[in-house]
Amino acid sequence: MKRYIRHAAAFCALLLIALLVNATRVQVFQAGSLDANEANRRNAIVRFEQPRGDILVDGRPVTGSRDTGEQLRYERTYRNGPLYAPVTGYASQVYGTTFLEHAEDDILSGTDPMLAPLPLWNDITRAQNPGGKVETTIKAAVQQAAYAGLGGKRGAVAALEPSTGKILALVSAPSYDPERLSGTDRAVADTWAELNGSATKPMLNRAIRQTYPPGSTFKVVTAAAALDAGEVTDLDAPTKSPNPYTLPGTSTQLTNEVDGCKNASLRYAFQWSCNTVFAKLGVDTGLTPMVGTARDFGFNDSGLRIPSSVAASNFDTSMDRAQLGLSAIGQYDTRATPLQMAMVAAAVANGGSVKAPHLVDRTTTEDGDVVDATGARTLRQAMNPGTAAQLREMMAQVVDEGTGTNAAIPGVTVGGKTGTAQHGIDNSGTPYAWFISWAQAADDPEPSVAVAVVVEDAAADRGDISGGGSAAPIAKAVMEAAIGAH
Amino acid sequence: MAGTSAGTAPPAVPAVRVPRRRGTELTLLVVAVLLSVYGYCAVGLAKNDTVPPGAAGYGAGLGVLALVAHLAVRLRAPYADPLLLPIAVLLNGLGLVLIYRLDLETPHDEAAPAQLIWSTVGVGLFIAVVLSLRDHRLLQRYAYLSVVTALALMIVPILFPAVNGARIWIRIGGFSIQPGEFAKILLAVFFASYLAANRNALAYTGRTLWRFKRLQLPTGRVLGPIVAIWLLSVGVLVLERDLGTSLLFFGLFVILLYVATGRIGWIAVGLLLAALGAFAVGSLEPHVHSRVEDWLHPFASIEAGRGPNQLAQSLFAFAAGGMLGTGLGLGHSILIGFAAKSDFILATAGEELGLSGLCAIFLLYALLVERGFRAGLALRDAFGRLLAIGLASILALQVFVIAGGVMGLIPLTGMAMPFLAQGGSSVVTNWIIVALLIRVSDSARGQPVPAEAA
Repeated sequence: MKRYIRHAAAFCALLLIALLVNATRVQVFQAGSLDANEANRRNAIVRFEQPRGDILVDGRPVTGSRDTGEQLRYERTYRNGPLYAPVTGYASQVYGTTFLEHAEDDILSGTDPMLAPLPLWNDITRAQNPGGKVETTIKAAVQQAAYAGLGGKRGAVAALEPSTGKILALVSAPSYDPERLSGTDRAVADTWAELNGSATKPMLNRAIRQTYPPGSTFKVVTAAAALDAGEVTDLDAPTKSPNPYTLPGTSTQLTNEVDGCKNASLRYAFQWSCNTVFAKLGVDTGLTPMVGTARDFGFNDSGLRIPSSVAASNFDTSMDRAQLGLSAIGQYDTRATPLQMAMVAAAVANGGSVKAPHLVDRTTTEDGDVVDATGARTLRQAMNPGTAAQLREMMAQVVDEGTGTNAAIPGVTVGGKTGTAQHGIDNSGTPYAWFISWAQAADDPEPSVAVAVVVEDAAADRGDISGGGSAAPIAKAVMEAAIGAH
Repeated sequence: MAGTSAGTAPPAVPAVRVPRRRGTELTLLVVAVLLSVYGYCAVGLAKNDTVPPGAAGYGAGLGVLALVAHLAVRLRAPYADPLLLPIAVLLNGLGLVLIYRLDLETPHDEAAPAQLIWSTVGVGLFIAVVLSLRDHRLLQRYAYLSVVTALALMIVPILFPAVNGARIWIRIGGFSIQPGEFAKILLAVFFASYLAANRNALAYTGRTLWRFKRLQLPTGRVLGPIVAIWLLSVGVLVLERDLGTSLLFFGLFVILLYVATGRIGWIAVGLLLAALGAFAVGSLEPHVHSRVEDWLHPFASIEAGRGPNQLAQSLFAFAAGGMLGTGLGLGHSILIGFAAKSDFILATAGEELGLSGLCAIFLLYALLVERGFRAGLALRDAFGRLLAIGLASILALQVFVIAGGVMGLIPLTGMAMPFLAQGGSSVVTNWIIVALLIRVSDSARGQPVPAEAA
């Protein structure tokens, strides 16, 4: 019998070994994938266990946290939510994060290893760092001016500091309050359905995620390409362009809204936005130089991060001459984000150098120790400095006595370019009103702000829509605020 | 060879003094109580940054229970194995800590106070058994009374409504007991007694199957009653959907039959029957079928968009613990839901104590089982041997079935982790099992020195 008892004991030992092996399998070898399983609520619980770090504008938080005492404990709150929504995005228990809340999530949620007092400290102590802070480059006054300027009309504003690439304002209208997406209750789901179902797409960040045909504002790029390529050497020389201009290889005739465009000089054509002159100029300059210059300004770049990703602006790389002519005046397939057009204005204002646009000035720990700081970084040289100087001169004339006089600020040098972009099938849609500009205060050595405004208000009477009429006053308000805050 | 004497007197019986080791037991008990109190304080510190207000009372209560039990053992079972009682106290104390810890997450549904009362009842019965049962062989006389009582206990819950799919509870007023738990011991007593009485007939008579001597089957007259009882008990449990316990009875029966007769054939037949039964029940019975499906595809409900089921949550908990655990009070195994304190208590241990803590717990159970087997080996009477092996096997099988179930090794069957899980009947039963093991180990170690010298 003793022998059989030993056998039975061995059987029990076998059961024990099976348990130990299985425990090791689950707790060691499968632990990684189980921890990472999306249905594992632990990640969410740990994530919301502490208040989230704040996003700062002008050194003051525009976000907050509320202790709910629930399982997912801290909910995000926002001050001036609709105003800053295109900057902050939302941080929702249910729907995740967007924009800065998403791009800087590691800092805000405290998981970034750089927040630890010592390397590997947290791995040893299993402690979690308090959430860090994200200081934005946004100026509250500029953001306010842009938001008030749009006044709820559908559209967007992007404002940059040309010499550094700092984003001073990023506004999209209509907007929404991201706080309504915080939490887990029924109201959050209702809000989500309502916002997503809305025809006005309030959660669309029009400033960086929506591309529009840039219309005549693209003539800045065409002019830069033509000047750099030597297609035009004298701003005041006649351009030998007919009126109307028949697009090469077609019978389509291009006309102008203004008189005096036949054989106009580049200066005159820019000042009064002659379509015929610029379409022909684009065709004469040729596809390769046009594509090259557009690319140097930032078109066709799908990798731009501010740190949120920016939708790629488009300038087609293979076109026939007629398509190129249309593209040269910002039509056909040419599309740009408001941020991209602000970069165009900023490049002109900054001697042709395109600075990397960025929204985060620096990130810090909760105590204010700097984790990472963003400095000025040059993306590309879009044009020769001489060309930039000529464009500055021409843009200033647009505001002085051209299509952009609505943007003039007394005592300040302002350069601008209007645009009215046709879109829709057979151009049936209400045109988009564009204005891009920069401003230089009298005592400043260089322009301190560049702005792009687009207004897509479908309610407006079609005849009223023009860059100079609806967009330029908004740009003016933004530039005034920027110079005042400068 | 201490007492040699010269001269013509017949050689004296060597005075072999069997060490009683009661001091060892007391020391280990102190360690077990201190460890439990430490765990209790750790939970409070982790959750509320203060030592829990009941820490002193908890420590005193557990200490008094342990001390009284120790005194009973000292008085009536002085040669008993010194490891049994401390391991039981430690597991019970740890179970109370884990339940208290989970209570903090469910403030309106506290289970620890009731568990403390049941533990006290369990220790009370432990003491009663140790004091009143002078010789385990007495139980042999009550074999048939045991089996009748066991069957009655198992049949009664059929008259009561099902709870969570199983008809294994009796509810009277606010109390609910699980009579099947007590039936375990009674059935072990019956099996041990019957097999001890008939083991020669079982081992050496009967027909040979296919000329293989080892597959010789005993005559129906000898085998009949025990198979009938066993089939009846398993059948009742299947009716009650208490699969864990039917598996336990099956395993217990096969192990004891093998130990009593030494026939490999029993194991072969047992495994064959088990496989057939498991396949039949698993594919025909919907409740069991879903358990098998969950085991094969623990994440199917997540993929179907219904969120993680209990088994998936349990696996998440074990994974979150990793090697060292999150620390007592710092895990989130409450996500498992309603069975977190009972069937799934091990997941809390796995999450908060980690693989290292889990190994320690498994080794405590292993020691308990091993001590049972050791007592069985040292005993001289067949009944005592089979009883010790049966009781130890009950513990081993319970631990394997429930731990394997909540960790995805085998399909999940509702069963209580001995001493750890919430459940009054289970705690009480396990205390009685330990009391019986104390009794048989006392007989094993305290037997008079072999009589041939006298």
